[in-house]
Amino acid sequence: MQRGQGFRGFLNYIRRNPAFGGGLLLLLLLLLFATVAGLFVPKDGAYPLATMPKQAPSAEHPFGTDSVGRDLLPTLIYGTRMTLSIGMIAGCIGLGVGTVLGFMTGYFGGLFDTIVKFLVDVLMTIPSFLLLITIASSVPNPENMSILQMALILSLVSWVQPTRAIRAQVLSMRERAFVMMAKLSGMSGMEIIIKELMPNLMPYLAISLAGAVNGGVLGSLGLQTLGIGNLREPSLGMTIYWLRYYNAFLQGYWWWIIEPVIVIAAIFIAFLLLSIGLDEFANPRTRRTV
Amino acid sequence: MSTPLIELKNVTKIFGGKKDFTVALEDMTFAVNENFPKIVTIAGESGSGKTTMGMLMLGFYHPTIGQVMFRGQSLSELNRTTMFQYRREIQAVFQDPFAVYNPFYKVDNLLSIPIKNYKLAKSRVEARELMEEALERVGLRPEETLGRYPHQLSGGQRQRIAVARALLLKPKLLITDEPVSMVDASLRSTILKALRGLNRDFGVPIFYITHDLTTAYHISDYIIILYHGSVMEVGNVDTIIRNPQHPYTKLLVSSIPWPNPDLPWGGAEEMIQKSQVAFKAITGCKFAPRCPYRFDMCESKAPELFTIENDRAAACYLYRDNEILSREALSKVFPET
Amino acid sequence: MSATALLQIKNLKVYYYVERGAVKAVDDVSFNLELGVKMGLVGESGSGKSTMALALMRMIKPPGKIVGGQMILDGTDLVKLSEEQMRQIKLSRIAMIPQGAMNSLNPVMRIDKQLVDGMLDHNVMMTKEEREKRVNELLQMVDLAPKVAKMYPHELSGGMQQRVTVAQSISMEPDLIIADEPTSALDVVIQRQVMETINRLQQKLGLSVILIGHDMGLMAQTVDRLAVMYAGRMMEIGETRAMFHHPLHPYTELLIKSLPVLENKGVFSGIPGITPSLLNPPEGCVFHTRCPKAWDLCEKTIPQFTEVQPGRWVACHLHTA
Repeated sequence: MQRGQGFRGFLNYIRRNPAFGGGLLLLLLLLLFATVAGLFVPKDGAYPLATMPKQAPSAEHPFGTDSVGRDLLPTLIYGTRMTLSIGMIAGCIGLGVGTVLGFMTGYFGGLFDTIVKFLVDVLMTIPSFLLLITIASSVPNPENMSILQMALILSLVSWVQPTRAIRAQVLSMRERAFVMMAKLSGMSGMEIIIKELMPNLMPYLAISLAGAVNGGVLGSLGLQTLGIGNLREPSLGMTIYWLRYYNAFLQGYWWWIIEPVIVIAAIFIAFLLLSIGLDEFANPRTRRTV
Repeated sequence: MSTPLIELKNVTKIFGGKKDFTVALEDMTFAVNENFPKIVTIAGESGSGKTTMGMLMLGFYHPTIGQVMFRGQSLSELNRTTMFQYRREIQAVFQDPFAVYNPFYKVDNLLSIPIKNYKLAKSRVEARELMEEALERVGLRPEETLGRYPHQLSGGQRQRIAVARALLLKPKLLITDEPVSMVDASLRSTILKALRGLNRDFGVPIFYITHDLTTAYHISDYIIILYHGSVMEVGNVDTIIRNPQHPYTKLLVSSIPWPNPDLPWGGAEEMIQKSQVAFKAITGCKFAPRCPYRFDMCESKAPELFTIENDRAAACYLYRDNEILSREALSKVFPET
Repeated sequence: MSATALLQIKNLKVYYYVERGAVKAVDDVSFNLELGVKMGLVGESGSGKSTMALALMRMIKPPGKIVGGQMILDGTDLVKLSEEQMRQIKLSRIAMIPQGAMNSLNPVMRIDKQLVDGMLDHNVMMTKEEREKRVNELLQMVDLAPKVAKMYPHELSGGMQQRVTVAQSISMEPDLIIADEPTSALDVVIQRQVMETINRLQQKLGLSVILIGHDMGLMAQTVDRLAVMYAGRMMEIGETRAMFHHPLHPYTELLIKSLPVLENKGVFSGIPGITPSLLNPPEGCVFHTRCPKAWDLCEKTIPQFTEVQPGRWVACHLHTA
C-alpha cells in the first residue's frame, strides 16, 4: 500500500484509477443535490396539494409537478435524501454487524463460526426480497414507517454479504506469516484482529460498505415501489409507487418518470464505479513498476 | 532429568480429507531440553515434513495423533499465563523476508512490539537502544533501517531485521525455517553468522530447517534427515555429510552441487534415477521403491533406527545387526540433550 | 576472441523507465560466446541477469527498452530485427528453458501436442508419423518414458515437467539455449537429474548454453565459463576453474569466499553493505562503495571491461589501470 503525499497524491491516484474517481464524483454530486440544494428549496413542496398538479417542467417548476400537486424538485431532493439515508444506515449497520461477525468467525472459528455460517447459508438461499416483503408488511402501521425502522428491516439481510466477504478474507489472512509473528510477539487475538488484520482489510471493508449501502437503497426502493413503507414522506421509491398508481405512462407525464429514474440510475452507477475503483485499489492488476 | 522444553510424543500430522490425504509427519518422538546449546538441522526435500515439524513445535499446526508438550503440559491445555510464556520462549525466523511484515506498519514494529509486550525495556529510550544494538549485530545501520516501511528495504535487510528480532528476544528455543534461501549468497554468511552467535554466545538452541545441505553443514552440529515424514538418518552433521550411511542420505549428499569445480557431483551408485516413482502410502520403508539396496524385509515393515557408532543412527535394515535406538531416545543421539 | 563467436553482445543497455527516472538494469554489457560452450551468468538480485535473459529473447516489455548496443547471433543483430523476424528466430535458433515449468506448460494440452506446437508454428511440415517419431525422439533425449506423450502436465512431477520444457527447447535444435534458473523450484536430487540431462544434450547436439542463476554451486558443477554481473554491469568473465581458484575481481573473490564448502566449516564471511540503487548508480566503478580494495580512481572512472589474459575479461582498475 503506497502512501502518496496528501492531496496531490490523492489526485494522482484518481488519475490512475478513473473508476474510483468517477464514482466518488458522482456520489458527491448526488449528496450535494440531496443536501445543499435542500437549503434553497423548502420541503413543503414535496407533499400533495402543494401546488398545481400535472405541470410539465417550466421556469416556475423546473422538475414539473405530479398528479396530486407535488412539486417534483423538492420531492426528488428530499426523496434522494431519504433514500440515501435509509441505504446508508442499513449499509452501516450491515457493515458493522458483518465486520464483527466476519472477524470473530474468521479468526476464532469454533462453534460460533459454525452457527453463523449456517445462518449465512440459509439466508443466502432464501430470496432476500421476499423475506423483506414478509417482514416489512407484518410491521404494524407500515404507512408510518420511519427511516430508522426501514433501515433496521433492511439490515436484517444487509449483514450477510459483508460477513461472508470479510470472513473469507480473514480466513486467508490468518495463515500469513505476519500474523504468526504477531502471535510470537505476544499479541492477543483481539489485538491481532484490530491492529494487524483490520488495516489490511480496509479496502474490503469499504467495498462491503458500498455493496451494503447499494443493497439497502435497492431494498428500500423495491419495498416502497410495491407500496410497503411510508408513502407520504418523499422518497424515490414512493415517487415511483405513485407514478405507477396514477398511470404516469399512459397519461404522458414523461418528466415524472424520467426524473426519479435518472437519479436512481445515478446512484447505482456511482456505487458501481466506486466498487470497481475500490476493487482496483485492493487488487491492483497493472503496476507500472520494474 | 528436568522436563524438556518442547516435546513431541508420537506425533503424526495428516493433511487432507478421507480420500486424498498426505501423511506429512509420521510418529515423531523428539524432545528438546532447555539448555541444549546446539544447532540441529532438520533436513529434507519438499514433502519431507521438515516445515511441518517446525510448525508443530511452534504450535501453529495441531497434531492429528499424539501430543506436543511445552514444559510437560500439552499445548492444547495451556492456560493463558503458560501460553504467554510459551510464546515468549519459543521464537521463529521464517523463510519469506516480506511476509513477516505487515505492510501497513514500519519495520520498527517487528522489534518494538515484542519489547513492549514482553517488557524487555523500562523506557522508550532503553527500547530504542536494544533495537539499535540488535540491528548493528546483524550488520545493519539503524539510521538506514528504522522508520522505514517494508517495501522500502531490500529482502536481505528485511531478513536481517527478522534475525535481529531473534537476537533481541534471546528465546529459549529458536526455530528457523529456510532463513537464508530467499536471500542473496553474499548475505547468507552474515545471517548465518548472527544465528551462530546467538547459539554460541547466548546458548540458544536453534533448529535449522532447510533443504540446502551446504549451509546446514556450515552452521549446525547435528542433523536429522527426513523423507516423507519419517526419520532416515540422524546424528553429527560432519560425519553424516562426509560419510553418509543411509541410502537416501547418500543420494542427497551426492546431489549437492558444491561450489568447487574440483569436487564434482558425487558418484553414488546409480540410484534408480530413471524411474519416476510417484509416492504412495505404503507399508515398509518409505525409501524402498527408490533404493538400490532394497530386499523383501524393507517392503513389509518400516525399519527402526539402528545406531551406527556413538553419534548417529539410520533407519535402514542394512544395519539391522546394530542396536536399536528407541523412539524416545532419539534425542539422546545428541549428547548433552 | 575470434570474430566467429556464435553470440556477440556489444555494449548492451537495457533501461526501465519509471516515474523517477531510468533504472539501468543492464548497463553497457559486452561478452562473446562460442558455439558448443556452456556459460554461466551469475549475479545476485539486481545484477541484471534476468534482464539479460529477457533481452536475448527480445522479450523486454515497456516500461523496459533496449536502449543501445548489439546482440549479434551468427552475424545477425537481434536488436535490429522486426517482431516477425525475431519470432522466426525464437525456438529455431535461440530457445529458452524458463524458470518454473509449471507456469509455462499449457495445463489443458497433452505433452505430445505441446512438444510439436512450436515446430508447427514455424511451418515445419510433418506427417502424423513424423510427428510421433519426433515426439518419441525428444522424450527419449530427456529420459522420459514414451507414455508421457499422452499425459497432461499435472500428471507429471516437477522434475518431469521441467524436462518437458527442456525437450521443447531443443525440438528445433537451436544453436543457443538460454536456461533461466531452470532448477530453482526443484529439489536437489531432481535438480541434478535435470542439469545432467541438459549437459548431455548440450554435448550431443553441440549447442551453446547460457545458464542464468545465483547458485554458484550449480555453476561450479556445470558450466565451462562463468560471467559475473553486479548492479547491471559485467564484472568478470573467465573459465570456471580459473575463476574459482584465482578470481581477479574483488567482487568475485568476496562472493566465492562467502560460499560454504566442506573445508571452511564455521567460517562465515559475507560482503558488507547493500547493493546500490540502479536508478542512481554510484559514479565510477559500481562496486567501489563495498570494495575493500577501492581507491580514488575507482570513485571517478568506470573501469573498462578488458581482456587481461586470453579468455579472461575483467572490469577493475586493479588489473586494467
